[in-house]
Amino acid sequence: MSGPSSYVPKLGIAKWLDARLPLPRLMYDSFIAYPVPRNLNYFWTFGGILMLMLVSQILTGVILAMHYTPHATLAFTSVEGIMRDVEYGWLMRYMHANGASMFFIAVYIHIFRGLYYGSYKAPREVLWILGVIIFLLMMATAFMGYVLPWGQMSFWGATVITNLFSAFPIVGETIVTFLWGGYSVDNPTLTRFFSLHFLLPFMIFGVVILHVWALHVTGQNNPTGVEVKAVAKDTIPFTPYATIKDAFALVLFFAFFAYFLFFIPNYLGHADNYIPANPAVTPAHIVPEWYFLPFYAILRAVPDKLGGVLLMFAAIAVLVVLPWLDTSRVRSMSYRPLARQCFWAFAVTCVMLGWLGSRPAEGIYVTLSQLFTALYFAYFLIALPLLGLFETPKKLPGSIAESVLGKMKGGSGAVVGAAAPAEPNTKG
Amino acid sequence: MTLFRTSLAAFAAIMIGAFSAASLSPAHAAGGGTKPPAHDWSFAGPFGTFDRAQLQRGYKVYREVCSACHGMSLMRFRNLSQKGGPEFTEAQVRALAADFKISDGPNEQGEMFERPGRPSDAFPKPFPNEQAARAANGGAYPLDLSVIAKARNYERGFPLFLLDIITQYQEGGPDYLKALLTGYEDPPKGVELLPGQNWNRYMAGNIIGMPNMLNDGQIEYPKGPDGKSPVPETAKQYAADVVAFLMWSAEPHMEQRKSIGRQVFIFLLLFAGLLYFTKKRIWSRLPEHAPGSAH
Repeated sequence: MSGPSSYVPKLGIAKWLDARLPLPRLMYDSFIAYPVPRNLNYFWTFGGILMLMLVSQILTGVILAMHYTPHATLAFTSVEGIMRDVEYGWLMRYMHANGASMFFIAVYIHIFRGLYYGSYKAPREVLWILGVIIFLLMMATAFMGYVLPWGQMSFWGATVITNLFSAFPIVGETIVTFLWGGYSVDNPTLTRFFSLHFLLPFMIFGVVILHVWALHVTGQNNPTGVEVKAVAKDTIPFTPYATIKDAFALVLFFAFFAYFLFFIPNYLGHADNYIPANPAVTPAHIVPEWYFLPFYAILRAVPDKLGGVLLMFAAIAVLVVLPWLDTSRVRSMSYRPLARQCFWAFAVTCVMLGWLGSRPAEGIYVTLSQLFTALYFAYFLIALPLLGLFETPKKLPGSIAESVLGKMKGGSGAVVGAAAPAEPNTKG
Repeated sequence: MTLFRTSLAAFAAIMIGAFSAASLSPAHAAGGGTKPPAHDWSFAGPFGTFDRAQLQRGYKVYREVCSACHGMSLMRFRNLSQKGGPEFTEAQVRALAADFKISDGPNEQGEMFERPGRPSDAFPKPFPNEQAARAANGGAYPLDLSVIAKARNYERGFPLFLLDIITQYQEGGPDYLKALLTGYEDPPKGVELLPGQNWNRYMAGNIIGMPNMLNDGQIEYPKGPDGKSPVPETAKQYAADVVAFLMWSAEPHMEQRKSIGRQVFIFLLLFAGLLYFTKKRIWSRLPEHAPGSAH
């Protein structure tokens, strides 16, 4: 997709700079002339939304760091100081805390869009794997950020999660001591988490640049999963078409964000984190933030600690090899009737795992967690490899242009047929 | 294909089984403590504001009853006159602060001294440290109440927890606290309480160190023009008032938050509407989106 540049500098200074550092050319080619498949639906706006969420998190985070004190005896009070005495500190802090949740809502939609339309398949494997790396970095960042207010859930969440590493034979204890900076979660843990929490978003930013670079090399996937064949017919320029569409979706998403931020800012949090950390009192139920719940359920589904830890990491690692697990040559699930049903079953499985992660690990919940963990892995390890072999896909359109324009000539019956593949989008 | 349909049906059966099994599970009932009833708080919802008179009464309850054992270390007397709170006048706040003796120093001789409180002072702590607090309370530790209204909640369960997004229910903490303050009962037959233990319907596990502290007629409220208090001087009213005060102290900028939120939310919706029509206009240049086309 990164064909010859169509950038023509007009101003003298632009010509001068273009001959020395073609930064305006890069911007022009990436965000103005960049060809976008003409049939993208609104699920393709979440990449831009995520970019803005990252910027929002970094901006609010830098301001919060100016007022925050990373010390076990002062952290809780300094966060409350931000809420009470810093001008609009409550806004910065609630925006940052709810922003993390919004970031994950957007990233989950983005990931599931990729899963549904087969965006992980050749030639986009590297693009997909970079995305998985961003997801991992996001999880690490969010986890360490949640520790910083030094409330009860911060402290005990940190204790539970860092303790997982002790399951590894031989090196386990050493890793945990290294993470803690001592022999229990304490001030050294807090200070190193603060330092890393500040660093990681910039690493995410770096990988995001690679992610976008890889995207601009292969071009975007689209709801039909059919590659762009003729740029002139199948694509439209990024500006103004994608720009205005992304802007609309972004503002709607921010309205959703604002609803949580201003009216129910503590809905997604846990009340126990307003209790200062107390190493002597363990909360009745230690639960992570909602976006970790499915993985937490997988962790606790296994009676053996090491097994649980390995399975939890495998739940993410399986995404890395996904491009090679799915054997179908058809990308979009819109043309794969059986895979499509498996996809929705998988989506429900993830929701169920999330719910089970919030339940205590006892009785029926453990059995259910095991069942849905099995279903989670079955999607990647059984359904996708096998379906590609015996599933008969529907007929693919000849090109993107045909899927959109061709049917216009073909009369009303054909129009309905063309609209059908896009239907599941509205359900999501 | 048939095999596939069968497995899908099996999946559906598992889902139904999962939900029904979970709803029968004893884990739901475990934990103890009845769910508190919902109170009609003035600060609930997108237009909610604190009732100034209620916050002022709530401070009086805290001052006369709670503050004997519970600190509010994050509160400053000056907060009592800030916008969106009880909004005492500055003169009133000076008088309220001067009510307390504050330890200050060291002075030029290197000695600590006592002086009357000032608006910039924090609410003084009732005990010098946790050990002293426990010693004076039969081993129980009276918690700091600064953010207690946000530090307490109760499980809403399915589907209420989803509806709460739409109804904007954020008053789980206040509802629980009000129920707790008025939830003291005699223990059921066969339950022997140790000295220093009390039975409360809403406490998790039902046993609580704090005794019932609010009784009808115990606190005298300011009189209205007719010489009577505008609200009843009952334990229920005291509890509601002090909990409203605690909610404000946990979220002192709530009114500002909601008022800015309404403006931001409406702005974003209008802006999104304009962008939608702009988008439609721009995309209508494309043949498949042209007005009158099949799409």
